[in-house]
This record gives sequence, C-alpha cells and structure tokens, in this order.
Amino acid sequence: MADRTATVTVIFLGIAFAAFFLLPFGGLVDRAVREGNTWDIATSEFAIEALQLSLWTSTVTVVLALVFGTPAAYFLARAQFPGKSLVDGLIDLPIVLPPTVAGVALLTAFGRRGLLGEPIEEWFGFTFGFRTIAVIMAQLLVSAPFYVRAARSGFESVDFQLERVAYTLGASRVRTFFRIVVPQAWPALLAGIVLCWARAMGELGATLIFAGNFQGSTQTMPLAIISAFEGTALGLAGAVALSLILLVVALAVLTVFRLATSAAGRRL
Amino acid sequence: MKRGWFRWFALGVIAAGSFALVSACGDDDDDATPAAATHETTATSSPGSPTAVPLEGDLTVFAAASLTDAFTDIGDAFEAANDGVDVQFNFASSSALATQVNEGAPADIFASADNAQMRVVTDAGSAESPLLFATNVLVVVVPPDSELQSFEDLAAEGIRLVLAGPDVPVGRYSRQILENASAPGGIAPDFGDRVLANLRSDEANVRAVLSKVQLGEADAGIVYQTDAAIAGDEVRVIEIPETFNVIAEYPIAVTTDSGEAELAAAFVAFVLSEEGQAILRAYGFSSP
Repeated sequence: MADRTATVTVIFLGIAFAAFFLLPFGGLVDRAVREGNTWDIATSEFAIEALQLSLWTSTVTVVLALVFGTPAAYFLARAQFPGKSLVDGLIDLPIVLPPTVAGVALLTAFGRRGLLGEPIEEWFGFTFGFRTIAVIMAQLLVSAPFYVRAARSGFESVDFQLERVAYTLGASRVRTFFRIVVPQAWPALLAGIVLCWARAMGELGATLIFAGNFQGSTQTMPLAIISAFEGTALGLAGAVALSLILLVVALAVLTVFRLATSAAGRRL
Repeated sequence: MKRGWFRWFALGVIAAGSFALVSACGDDDDDATPAAATHETTATSSPGSPTAVPLEGDLTVFAAASLTDAFTDIGDAFEAANDGVDVQFNFASSSALATQVNEGAPADIFASADNAQMRVVTDAGSAESPLLFATNVLVVVVPPDSELQSFEDLAAEGIRLVLAGPDVPVGRYSRQILENASAPGGIAPDFGDRVLANLRSDEANVRAVLSKVQLGEADAGIVYQTDAAIAGDEVRVIEIPETFNVIAEYPIAVTTDSGEAELAAAFVAFVLSEEGQAILRAYGFSSP
C-alpha cells in the first residue's frame, strides 16, 4: 500500500514537472501558429544574421574555453596549494553573478575608461565596445566557468596511478594527457562543452551592456529577441518567431552532439 | 530637488481646490470627479483622497523609462498624501510596456513616452481615454571632454553614435530629427545618412543610451532633455536646433483591466494636478 502511494506520488510529480517544462514551449508553438507571419520573420535577414552571429561567436567561445580552460582545469584537479578554494570560488563566480554584473565588470576592465581598455586605446587606438570581439568576451566570461568546472571534476575522476604508469613506461606528459587523461575524462569534458556552448548561445545581459546591440556585428539571437519584443515593428510575434528558431537550432545542435559523442564514447 | 516635495505638498493642498474646480467642469472620468470634488470642502485633506472613504490599495504603474525619477517622486508624494496606498512602478521602454499591458500584465496605469505606444494599447482595448500630462524635447549628449560642439558634428566621420532602437519612442524621435535636418532647408540632404553611418548600437531604452555616453563607450547619443539633466556633469549637452527638434508628448491612461480603477484615476488626477506637474517640471519636463 505504502509502495503504491509512493509510486503514484512519483508519477504525479514527474508529470507536473514535465508539464511545467513543456507548457512554455507549447505556448510558443501555439502563438507562432496563430500569428501567421512566423515563417516570414524566421527567414528575414534580421533573424538570419542574428542566428549566424550567435552560432559562430558561441563556437569561438567554446574553442577559447577549451584552449584556455583545459590547462586551468587540469591544474586545479591535480595541484594542491594554499588558497585553492578561493581560486575555485573565483572561477565559479560568473556562474552565480547576474550577467549584467559581468557586463558592467567587463566595461570597468575593457571599456574605454576601463583598467586595461584605456591604455589599450591610447597605445593601439583599439576599442572593444560595439565590436563582435566584445560579444565573444562577454560569452567567454559567463560560459567558460561551466566548462572549467565540468572538466576539473572529470580530471579529478581520472586515477593518478594510470598517469604514473604511463610515465614509467616512457610516455611523455603531453602524450599521457591526450592518450590517458582526456579519454578517461571525456564524458565530463563533453558535458562541459555542451553547458558552455548553451550558456554562450543564451548570453544576453553582459553582451547588451558590454558589446551593444547592432544587427550584423553585436546583435546575437537573444539580443534580437529582446529587440523584437521591445519594438513595435515585430513585437511579440517577432520575439516568438525568433525564440522558436533558436529553440529548434539549439535542439538540433544538442541532439547531433549527443549522438556524435555517444558514438565516440563507444569507440573509446 | 528631492527634498522639495514638502513645499509642493503645501502648494498642492492649495492647488487641489482649484484643480478640483477644473476637473469638476471638464473631466470625463467619472471616478475622479467625486474624489476631487471632496477637496473643496476639506482643504486640509490631501489631493486625491476623499475624507469619507480614504483611498487605499496597491497601484501598479507602468511608466516609460524617461519618467523613472519624476514618477518615483510623484509616487512618494502620492503615498505620503494617502496613507493606505502603495504605488509600485515598472519602468521600461514604452514599447516593451505596451506589449506587456496588451499581454495582460497587471498594470493599473500606463504612462507612455509617445502617443504611438499609447495607441498600441488603446487600439487593443487595454486602456482608454489617455490624457496628455507632460512634454519633453531631445538633446545630444557627449562626454564632457568631447571635441564635438554642434548638432552638425554628429555627421563627423568615425564618431561612435548610439541611439535607442528605431521602435523605441526616443529612437523614433531621434531618427525623425535626422530626417527633419535632411529635408529641404535643413543641414544637408545626406545629413541623416551620414549620421546613421556612425550608429554603433540600437539601445533598448533612453537610459541605456545615456549610460553608454556617461561611460565614454559612445562619443554621442540622443536622449531626452530630462535624462541629460539627471546625468549632470557626467555628460555635456548639445542643443538640437529647434526647427529640427521633436516635442515628445507623454500620455497617461488607466487600463481597462485595472482592479483599482478609482485609485488609478486619483493617481492620474494627481499627476495632472499642480503638485504633480511641479514635480515633473523640476525634472525638466514641460506641462502640456
């Protein structure tokens, strides 16, 4: 009897949870169907440019997070040093902070009156604001911690003895890392990449504040959605249409990625 | 400015009587009339609150971003005058607010920075009988150390210009001004195009434009005179020649779905009262 109650409760909770997640998407689809001009907006230059910009900037962000974040994650997984928990906290900070704070922080560092931004403009005449590079910087700041976190716990799960054995057998450190450590930590690294990419695709607040909002150079999909929502030309219909494309593309990318990685996982 | 409302409060009590006369003659809002009429007999009472039934309840006001400071003060004054009243504000671009109101957001009052956004709401039947309560003009703002001196300098090659998006009232006005300056008798036929070639960002609202200039990220922006006034020394103002400038009109209306229609009407009456108008003028708005 108690078992049965538990089963019913679990099923009920599961259905309620699923409904909560599915209803908003249902609402979007329903509204898109009723608005009628969804397809025109979805295929307009405004939408396509924003989608292209989102896809390529988030890809660059993931590559940068991999290149710069992997050594950091490995170091944090293996090294023990005083103040390590403070460093951990600092890396996790952008996950906790509202993205608008990240945007303001970027301005204070790389803005034209920022710590580094001011001398850079003086010496090289270069400014970050209103350029695509600012979009990537905003995405990197808020999304790289997701990768570093995941990669770190992945590296921690790799048995250090295996690395030792590889060294004693004469393998170089680099070879050991790519042949022993990375394959072992692979699922965690992939999860980190997916989280990092997803967060970069969704980045809004930091980009708006640090990079600005201009079609073709800084207007990524989330910025295009908020612009449509705040505007009258497209309005809610525009926001709905753009949201749907973003959802479909994100779902497609994530599905393909998961299929590819599970195939890769079987090979390893 | 902020402390001065006590003086206005005293003024307002005196003004309330005269306002009551005016509103009793010409106000088509039935709810406001009995509330206002009570002041004739009770000069000590505060504006908008009948002595028989004191106003109470929660009021949600959706107001244009450019009204942020003035309306916050007006809300404080209205609450001070009516003990049981709590006024909540939602400040954003008028276009975003119009969408939210039409989608059923729990607003009692909508105060827009232009008639077009008010029409979006009234056409949808979400509010009716808007009243004009303030006007505003636009100015160019630049960082204090900027080399830009005149409105014509906006066309200088390579400056970083930010405007509000073309659908946001202030962004629409900005582009209207550029059009006016490009018309026959204006600065030059290609003036608007050359200025827009300098455009680096379509900001979400007027305050975002202002902060980009305050931070020095942008070399110039176009904002309302009232926003420029709030920024004080952090920006320098370049006047826009009167012949090209646009006068922004601010309408206010009670929403049709308001559960506090009487209270909302009293708030609208308060905004239109001498006390409300004095607060708006203190922030650089003009009375209509």
